[in-house]
Amino acid sequence: MTRIIPIVVVIAVALVACLPLLGDNYLLRLGTMFAMYAVLALSWNIIGGFAGYPSFATAAFFGLGAYTGAILQGAGIPMIVAWTGACVMALVFAVLLGMAILHLKGHYFAIASLVVAEVLLEIATSWTGLTGGGMGLNLPVLQISIEAQARLFFYAMLTIAVLALLMNWLVSRGKVGFALRCIRQNEDASSMVGIDTTFYKVTGFGLSAILVGGAGAIYASWVFYIEPADVFSVLLSVKPIVMAMLGGAGTVLGPVVGALVFIVMEELVWRNFLSFHAAVLGLLIVGLIFFLPNGILGLVRRRRAAGLKPEEEGAA
Amino acid sequence: MSLLTLENVSRSFGGLNALDAVDMQVSPGEIVGLIGPNGAGKTTLVNVVTGALRPSAGDIRFEGRSIAGKKPHQIGRMGIARTYQVVQPFPEMTVLENVMAPATFAARAEDMRTARLKSMEALEFVGLAGSAGTIAAELTLAGRKRLELAKSLAMNPRVLLLDEVNAGLNTAEIDGALTLIRRIADNGVTVIIIEHLMKVVMTLCSRLVVLHHGAKIAEGTPDEVSRDPHVIEAYLGTRYSRNLGAREAAHD
Repeated sequence: MTRIIPIVVVIAVALVACLPLLGDNYLLRLGTMFAMYAVLALSWNIIGGFAGYPSFATAAFFGLGAYTGAILQGAGIPMIVAWTGACVMALVFAVLLGMAILHLKGHYFAIASLVVAEVLLEIATSWTGLTGGGMGLNLPVLQISIEAQARLFFYAMLTIAVLALLMNWLVSRGKVGFALRCIRQNEDASSMVGIDTTFYKVTGFGLSAILVGGAGAIYASWVFYIEPADVFSVLLSVKPIVMAMLGGAGTVLGPVVGALVFIVMEELVWRNFLSFHAAVLGLLIVGLIFFLPNGILGLVRRRRAAGLKPEEEGAA
Repeated sequence: MSLLTLENVSRSFGGLNALDAVDMQVSPGEIVGLIGPNGAGKTTLVNVVTGALRPSAGDIRFEGRSIAGKKPHQIGRMGIARTYQVVQPFPEMTVLENVMAPATFAARAEDMRTARLKSMEALEFVGLAGSAGTIAAELTLAGRKRLELAKSLAMNPRVLLLDEVNAGLNTAEIDGALTLIRRIADNGVTVIIIEHLMKVVMTLCSRLVVLHHGAKIAEGTPDEVSRDPHVIEAYLGTRYSRNLGAREAAHD
């Protein structure tokens, strides 16, 4: 089983990468959104899933990345460099922020992280000289065909989505993931067994930001125009959590599965509930907490574990 | 040469002196019993030594170096391990993974394979090797206490602080735990044990330290301490000492 999964993942990624061949721009846009959601959910998974810290800071990293990318590109810096700069900016910001708020636990941490995006939104709105304020910011238009642009941004998003997946896989197998899982289950005991909890939490928080910053910058280049309320929207913090929980928080593939199910629902169901789709989102969260505490993958795993003896399960 | 030295260590919570100018020296290879009534400051002492709490005053030295104010993970890596009165497993992990955490982080095993080998060794030592694949939350209380021991042993400790490892165990389980603690000490680990069962303390410990209201009121061999009038008044009670006297008279 464990040997088949990587092959299935590679095939799935290859199939998604063939999406432009269909020549359907609507599907390609959806594919780009899916890749972006996957980046956000996979990134949140590091701090929220592995470490169990309910971060609502995703929107802050996303917006910061979007503005960093937009401002750098506006200054004439090449797009790829601007995207990289956005990753670095989000990482540095997350490390500093993490050192300030990661000693808070549970609800307190959630609220502190939620406020950050609001503060950045206010700054972006007021600092008209740099960000264009509430009027928003236009990005340089690329001198290539619409189809070529759609393909470019799709592959850019897909690339960092794959990077995010790789990051989750490496973290889950390595020391960082082990430390974060210990911290989630018992933080006091973790420090007693020699885990530098501050270091690993800040590392996890930084990892949960870096690619989100990149996604924000790519998003900005993709839509040509950003405004504070758009890229610092609280929904950008909530949706990744729902996606990760939907698929299975703390697992490598869960957030991707969640992102896929989520975007399908967003397109198929919510189009028919335009006026109250926020209510549907709320109901979905409540339903998740009650019926699927371990997500879709949790359900599959429990089924499988039920058929195994404890020793086999431990070896798997 | 003392391995662990507490010098004038105090810790207060608001107006309450949980530890009040405690001096204590532990030599390598000793099994020291820490006794005293509830609220005497025994667990606070363990917390202060392991870095969970900062001392309000005084100094703690381990192998000559001051460790007062250091973080728990730093102290753990130096070779001071503890178990908790209320067991603290990582509930969703397997027993083996639970032990691999200290092997990986405190004892800094080179890789996961080494950590796994070391952890299996520790599990075999405490007799839990058969449950290596069990989820920790599913163990019995006695099993979880053994798991705590295995976790602290995987840290390669020089000093092990045991906070009421026997609480809640039945007589047979206590005998098993005592054998284990003796074997740990035989392997060269210095043990400090908090214990309410006088039978355990009297047979296991080479030396006792008695705390009362945060202050050290007596120190010495189990015999000396059990005759100390302050200890009898504060902790043992007159009936215990009379019984002890009667038992000894019967032996003579």
